[in-house]
Amino acid sequence: MNWEPVIGIEVHVELMTESKMFCGCAVEFGAEPNTNICPTCLGLPGALPVPNRKAIESIMAIGLALNCEVMPRSVFHRKNYFYADLPKNYQISQFDVPVCVNGYLDIEVDGDTRRVSLERAHMEEDTGKSTHIGEGGRIHSATSTLLDFNRSGVPLVEIVSRPDIYSAAEARAYASGLRAVVAELGVSDARLEEGSIRFDANISIRPRGDETLGTKVEIKNMNSFRSLERAVDYEIQRQIEVVESGGEVVMETRHWDEESGVTRSMRTKEGSSDYRYFMDPDLAPMAMSPQWIDEVRATLPELPGDRLQRYIEGGLEPALAGVLSGSNKEMRDLHDSAVAEGADTREAANWVTGEVTSWARRHGSEDSEIPLTGADLAGLLRLIGEGTVSSSAAKEVLDGVLGGEGSPAEVARSRDLIQITDTSVLESAVDDVLAHNPKAVADYSSGEHKIVGFLVGQVMAATQGKADPRAVNELIRSRLDGS
Amino acid sequence: MPVDIDIAHVAHLARLDLSADELEGYKNQLGLILEHAARVQTLESDATMENAHPLALENRYREDVRRDSLDRDEVLAQAPETRDGYFVVPPALESE
Repeated sequence: MNWEPVIGIEVHVELMTESKMFCGCAVEFGAEPNTNICPTCLGLPGALPVPNRKAIESIMAIGLALNCEVMPRSVFHRKNYFYADLPKNYQISQFDVPVCVNGYLDIEVDGDTRRVSLERAHMEEDTGKSTHIGEGGRIHSATSTLLDFNRSGVPLVEIVSRPDIYSAAEARAYASGLRAVVAELGVSDARLEEGSIRFDANISIRPRGDETLGTKVEIKNMNSFRSLERAVDYEIQRQIEVVESGGEVVMETRHWDEESGVTRSMRTKEGSSDYRYFMDPDLAPMAMSPQWIDEVRATLPELPGDRLQRYIEGGLEPALAGVLSGSNKEMRDLHDSAVAEGADTREAANWVTGEVTSWARRHGSEDSEIPLTGADLAGLLRLIGEGTVSSSAAKEVLDGVLGGEGSPAEVARSRDLIQITDTSVLESAVDDVLAHNPKAVADYSSGEHKIVGFLVGQVMAATQGKADPRAVNELIRSRLDGS
Repeated sequence: MPVDIDIAHVAHLARLDLSADELEGYKNQLGLILEHAARVQTLESDATMENAHPLALENRYREDVRRDSLDRDEVLAQAPETRDGYFVVPPALESE
């Protein structure tokens, strides 16, 4: 039988606010355990929550960036369940009136663009963090649990896709595309390794062509895009094997075990109908006026998908556009301003993603300011285009400009890198090299024409890279062919 | 008519360990409360917006500003068991 996997993904994004969702405790990754806690986030009786305006504006920004509709009115609900990391025995979350509904994200898989539709994005609070101790530190064999409530009450946005993802590769593309949007908005660290963005996947299979969905299994605990892809792949295969051997898929939550590469069943105590959602009487409804929505919309930066499109429309081939679009803002701005100064987009992109990026890496300044203006880069490209410096000498010019030695023209002059255009100087350099390499000349005569490359290299070395390699190549050939 | 409810399930959700007599007593009492709630639900309320409290409040927020947290030692002193700055509780996934 030909099976079709159907996947929905829930993404939890921890917001990077100064303070928590409903109290003034600091949001801080890696703080000493239980140092950022107060009566509200410890769930002490009588403590009252007050929502953080910045968090509400952040979820509105996320919704708008994901093409959602921001609801005119939205309310908080209590989701009731018992778990040690949830001190109130309920989580403040949202139920039937989330802040954002109905959006989509375009993803790229194998060169094709697909639109994944989103159901909602809602606001909630994070729980405390449990560490299970005991044999092997594994959840199944724990003897006790340590609790740190620093994370309790950190603003959390949950983004829920529709079951509109059909392969492990799509699941990965969706997750990484979503991460890129959230990172661009600057509302979250979006660091997988620190858990500030987390993915759960709902997976079912059905005979291809069927309209109804199969029984879904939720998988958790994937902490990288790769493990998400592996876990989804594994779970699809597991379900196919269960069904093909005459069994039935059980609705459950399974835990991904990265080390052994399998999903394992987790006992769960309550079904969703037992969450007994009801409106939180401690919290007033939110009213998102068109004016407030417009104010938030005006703060949105250019999003990754739009940027990629802009670069492609500007004349970059998709692969290079993708590399540039994925570069940091410093590099993108450098390209954009060089183009504004008259540089060719392809040449500018090649230099920015190549030489300039590797210079920044060598100097450990990838995310800080690059001492190069768009005008400098455009000027350098002009020197190459006009034949004033060779492309190999241009790398040295760039190095000088980045080292603060002056403009490209100044560096070319002061470092003596201006290309030799005087034919008599070139001719004498070529003759000199030919005279010193009789064996290479002989090889050429016996048909070994590739040896020209070696000779060009010798001339370039002799002229400190100031010769035009193409002119040297022609000159050598004409000398050898003529002799 | 008192509403019929699965009182044992409700007691479990609230983690209450009740005797058979208590279960019977609470079943009747809760049933009467739900019967009353059912009467309220028959009121014409299409024009009224659902709300959890009678005050016409909306958009009550705080600015994103940090305030001092509690002293950890003072908080942990309230807990039955602690270790290295953590609260210690029984394992989370024990079967019931």
